[in-house]
Amino acid sequence: MIPAEVFLTFILMLSIFLGFELINKVPATLHTPLMSGANAISGITVVGAVGLAGTGQQDLANWLGAAAVALASINVVGGYLVTDRMLAMFKKKEN
Amino acid sequence: MQILIQFAFIISAALFIFGLKQLGSPATARRGNMISSTGMLIAIVAALMDQGIVDYQYILLGFIIGGAIGAAAARMVAMTSMPEMVALFNGFGGMASLLVGWAALSPSATTFTLVTIVLSILIGGLTFTGSLIAWGKLSETIGSGAVMFVGQQVVNSVIVLGILGGAVMFCLQPDQVHWLYLVVGLSLLFGIMAVIPIGGADMPVVISLLNSYSGLAACAAGFAVDNNILIVAGSLVGASGIILTQIMCKAMNRSLANVLFSGFGSGKVETTEVEGEIKPITVEDAYYVLEAATNVAIVPGYGMAVAQAQHVVKELCELMEQNGAEVNFGIHPVAGRMPGHMNVLLAEADVPYDQLLEMDDINPRMENVDVAIIIGANDVVNPAAREVESSPIYGMPVINVDQARTVFVLKRSMASGFAGIENPLFYKDNTRMLFGDAKESIGGLVREFGT
Repeated sequence: MIPAEVFLTFILMLSIFLGFELINKVPATLHTPLMSGANAISGITVVGAVGLAGTGQQDLANWLGAAAVALASINVVGGYLVTDRMLAMFKKKEN
Repeated sequence: MQILIQFAFIISAALFIFGLKQLGSPATARRGNMISSTGMLIAIVAALMDQGIVDYQYILLGFIIGGAIGAAAARMVAMTSMPEMVALFNGFGGMASLLVGWAALSPSATTFTLVTIVLSILIGGLTFTGSLIAWGKLSETIGSGAVMFVGQQVVNSVIVLGILGGAVMFCLQPDQVHWLYLVVGLSLLFGIMAVIPIGGADMPVVISLLNSYSGLAACAAGFAVDNNILIVAGSLVGASGIILTQIMCKAMNRSLANVLFSGFGSGKVETTEVEGEIKPITVEDAYYVLEAATNVAIVPGYGMAVAQAQHVVKELCELMEQNGAEVNFGIHPVAGRMPGHMNVLLAEADVPYDQLLEMDDINPRMENVDVAIIIGANDVVNPAAREVESSPIYGMPVINVDQARTVFVLKRSMASGFAGIENPLFYKDNTRMLFGDAKESIGGLVREFGT
């Protein structure tokens, strides 16, 4: 049985290479939406935070988790909305 | 149930990847963003199904508060303020990861988990305070210049050593909570110290790097709470930020280390003797030249954002096109305060994206350009980067506007750019200075075309 740490590190390695390949192809025009979109994705921390905020323990970890849910939600909601708002403005030349 | 949640995470990872792929072209980018957000929704719903969650009220409270702030910010932010907003969001992401790492601490944690907790606290903490400083500099809440002081290197080294020592001690004695507080405190301090010596003009690099860190922090938090999707999504963001950082550094011909540690723009720059004289031009005379031009290139910089001139630029652009001229925009990779800043502003003003040319595309055409109009850009069009070997920006790729037949430089005054470097472009024979607020000057040209 392979330990979980090895699995997770393996996933990390592959995702980083995949990330490089994907982002390298994004044109300079879209760099700002790319960043705000990446911001939204980094709000993925919310997925880890809900487990900690929902333990019902009323301890420190619970409060820290709840605060993390709020902060990460700002990223997720704000990030996706503002990216959409920007991308809606990008138009091709009409002939 | 657990296995279903894991499968849902796989689906959302696939959607993130596909969404980012679609972000590679302006035509599909909006759909890509939708796909990515669907992935996020699936991941969040799946996480809520976890049997360990017994109490939903704090989660809901967090969603409501965070969601409301995020939605309001996304709606109200002006396009000129995007760099500030992205900087703040980077910081929130970092802080969330710090908190998750901290909360993941339990008596049963293995050494591997402890190390990942330290990493998420360290990266998350420095991302948070670093981003706040970057936000302050971008919004001019604090001075945007580079802050250097005697002994800075020593102070920073002590902080780094303190973090390392605290981290080791925390992993050895996880029940001694003061080691944890030490690492948290020093990480926050280190973020401040890391960003203050970086000047306003280097902000595109800093924002990209902090963007990357916010992803890496999520990644570390993923290890701490044993969650695949955090690792996948976090490393995608980390990779994206690093690539942007590289592009920005390359566009300035400087290494990342030079940007981060040199305090560029804080010291005295030796003034090179520039020959020639400044030749101002009036709006009326500029209009006569533009009216006769058939090929015009507009090169915007941060000054266009400050003057909020993008809409009147678009108006002028349309009038010149109706007059039979071909108009293109030349966008330098580090024009503005974040990657792609100018493109978003011009998109806001309805300039089609195929009219926005990258530096390598516009430079070969420069010799055929009748008039190049420089709006609030300075260092990115400085020919000293090609010609003056002693110049601090020598070797930086620039847009060669001096090769156009005529150059109009729209500028408030003769003050030098953020890098504090004299610009020989202003003294060239074919350069005319149109002094004043960029928005008013262009507005004046628009009125001349109208009559």
